[in-house]
Amino acid sequence: MFYRETGQFKSKYKEELAAFPLAEDKVGIAILLVIAYVFIPLFGIPGLSFEFTMGAIMIPVFIFTITTLGLNILLGFAGQISLGTGAFMGVGAYSCYKIMTIFPDLNIIICVILSGLVTAIVGMIFGLPSLKIKGFYLIVATLAAQFFLEWAFIRVAWLYNYNDSGGIEGTNKEMFGLIVSGPQSDALTRYFIVLTLLVLLTWLASNVIRGRIGRSWMMIRDMDIAAELIGVRPLTAKLSAFAFSSFYIGISGALMVFFWLGAAEVESFDVNHSFTYLFMVIIGGLGSITGSYMGAALVWVIPVLIKEIGKTAFGFDAFVMENFSIIFLGVAIVVILIVEPHGLARLWQITKQKLRLWPFPY
Amino acid sequence: MKKLFIGAVMALGTAFSSVSLSFADELLVPNMTYRVGPYAANGTMMANGFTDYFLMLNERDGGIGGVKVKAEECETGYKAQVGVECYESYRGKNALVHTPNSTGITLQILQKAPEDEVPILTMGYGLSAAAKGETFPWAFNYPTSYWSQMTSILSYIESQGGLKGKKIGFLYLDVGYGREPIPVLEELGPKMGFETLYVPVAGKEMQNQSSHWLTIRKEKPDWVIMWGWGAMNPTAIKEAAKTRFPLDRFIGNWWSGAHVDTQALGSKAKGYLASSFTTTGTDFPAIQDMIKYVVKPGGSKTEMGMPGKVLYNRGMFNAVIIAEAIEVAQKMTGKKNVTGADVRLGLENIKLDEARLKELGLEGFTAPVIGSCADHENGGSIFVQQWDGSDWKRITGLIPPMTDVVQPLLTAAAEKYVSDKSGWTTQKCN
Repeated sequence: MFYRETGQFKSKYKEELAAFPLAEDKVGIAILLVIAYVFIPLFGIPGLSFEFTMGAIMIPVFIFTITTLGLNILLGFAGQISLGTGAFMGVGAYSCYKIMTIFPDLNIIICVILSGLVTAIVGMIFGLPSLKIKGFYLIVATLAAQFFLEWAFIRVAWLYNYNDSGGIEGTNKEMFGLIVSGPQSDALTRYFIVLTLLVLLTWLASNVIRGRIGRSWMMIRDMDIAAELIGVRPLTAKLSAFAFSSFYIGISGALMVFFWLGAAEVESFDVNHSFTYLFMVIIGGLGSITGSYMGAALVWVIPVLIKEIGKTAFGFDAFVMENFSIIFLGVAIVVILIVEPHGLARLWQITKQKLRLWPFPY
Repeated sequence: MKKLFIGAVMALGTAFSSVSLSFADELLVPNMTYRVGPYAANGTMMANGFTDYFLMLNERDGGIGGVKVKAEECETGYKAQVGVECYESYRGKNALVHTPNSTGITLQILQKAPEDEVPILTMGYGLSAAAKGETFPWAFNYPTSYWSQMTSILSYIESQGGLKGKKIGFLYLDVGYGREPIPVLEELGPKMGFETLYVPVAGKEMQNQSSHWLTIRKEKPDWVIMWGWGAMNPTAIKEAAKTRFPLDRFIGNWWSGAHVDTQALGSKAKGYLASSFTTTGTDFPAIQDMIKYVVKPGGSKTEMGMPGKVLYNRGMFNAVIIAEAIEVAQKMTGKKNVTGADVRLGLENIKLDEARLKELGLEGFTAPVIGSCADHENGGSIFVQQWDGSDWKRITGLIPPMTDVVQPLLTAAAEKYVSDKSGWTTQKCN
């Protein structure tokens, strides 16, 4: 009843090909955009302080959604598994830092996009083994990338400009007379920039996936020999998936350091983070853009909220809540995978299906 | 089921609404602790000493200046990224001073402090260059910095048979903390005529140091200096004993010489040296009060054996400096509910001299800490302690740092730090 395509007639091919062919979807997306662009900046999340909403929930969730989108392109759409996500985010962050210090007057958004391109190249190089090996063997190869890059972030002092601290840190960057990054920047400004980039990147991803390149990825994922027989070149398909995915991951790494944390050292890009991003993709749902959003939000927000509420409302000790949130997340992962192995995206699809028939399921 | 659901939603609603009601008449002192993770053994002791001191002040004196102190812990697991999240969660809550308990976290929040007007006190850790109060108005290193400490340790080695022509092994945890004193070694090596062998231990490998100690056995350094933390310390001491490295030529910094590091090894660790700036033991009225008001009644997480241990006492001393700064701030501003900016002034005007330490019940506990606008480090002296198989024994008097070496390095580092930061807040001291 709420979600029916009945009566919505398409008279042009263009309408059929639209990203959201259903009127309900269009309205839903519009509402979400209005909430993200107007309501949250104006009112925040009820009950939570504005700084906390921005700094601990909204900005990181958006950044991790970009990461998850990137990893989902590789894992969910192209079927190439990678455990190097954390390190690839590091490539984005460190290259953005280098570009920023070499060209101090360059616009920071351009820096971020350039760092995405650098990461794409690095991703392609480490994606080369995927042409020969797959599955578990590819995991090992990407894990090697993770450890090699971590090593480089510590040992190659040029990457962090020989800082005594061994880390990278952002400085105040202006854009149109407004400080957009660095310690003096306003959380709201950073929020809008990250949100806008997320919207643009989502739009890009959804179109690429529905197009020729995306379909070649999915063919490779479903059966690479068959795909090769009908004319998909594994070399271009696999490497473009690695490049595209790394581009997203690199951008998110740069955003993480320069629009959220403000500074970082190698620890923010270690293998544990790679696993977290993998959880986000799997819980959200492989091969689904909506799933990327839901996975990132669930894995990130629930522990943060548990800790905050447990501490301020119930007066539990911080370390008890820390342990509890770890346990809770672990249990949540297991339960979700048992109840719905295809992730939250599948649950959302089922809900839509139910809404379509409601109130007369048959 | 439905009722249960409604109940749950209502409970969550009340929980949410009470989150924002944190502005009460109290002094909020956040503390970034780590009671979980590979550094928990050390972090727990520090956190207990810190929290207990404020609990004791609340019980005994009714807080500071009549206002209760809320010493709130934020769990970081010694992870820099989580530390930043902790920091963010205190924005807009009138936190008085931040205690990151990690050099990595300090480096990441250092730039944010001037914007939020909350000072950072990194007691004997953090960025050494923060000692320059004119460049870093919002960061404090009392009572001394890593660089000063390294020079004091080198002075000690110099007094124990000289440094010239010797080979010094530097075993360090390969994070911001461990790498911090390297510039001093690089500066002093050629000057004092010693050679340094750098042995970094990655966080992942800290409980498996056989390869590192193989290097040490092969290179045969005359002394080994350690910048370790957490599970790295006992592992290193154990490996040193196993490879028969003379333990009385193995010296840890003040974070590598606690009871938790040596107790399990007992007599095997006998002879191991470490520097320190706080005395162990419970023979101080302040610590007796903590036992009487907090530990014995069971008002804290501290067990009876903990007070008097190295890290417990040090955590307490961290709290003493903060409490003193708040008190000074209250006196200077004349208001009871001070802000972060007031506490910053308090930290600059702190005067923990012998008389005041005695008044606080800490006579002879540590070298005096006299704050000033220009010097946020105080160039404190350290002493060396030795593990005798069952307890730490102080074996030297106070060893001052080589100020003439450290000061130019600090100035250069402070200048380098701000050189690429536009709009950095500095202050003028006269």
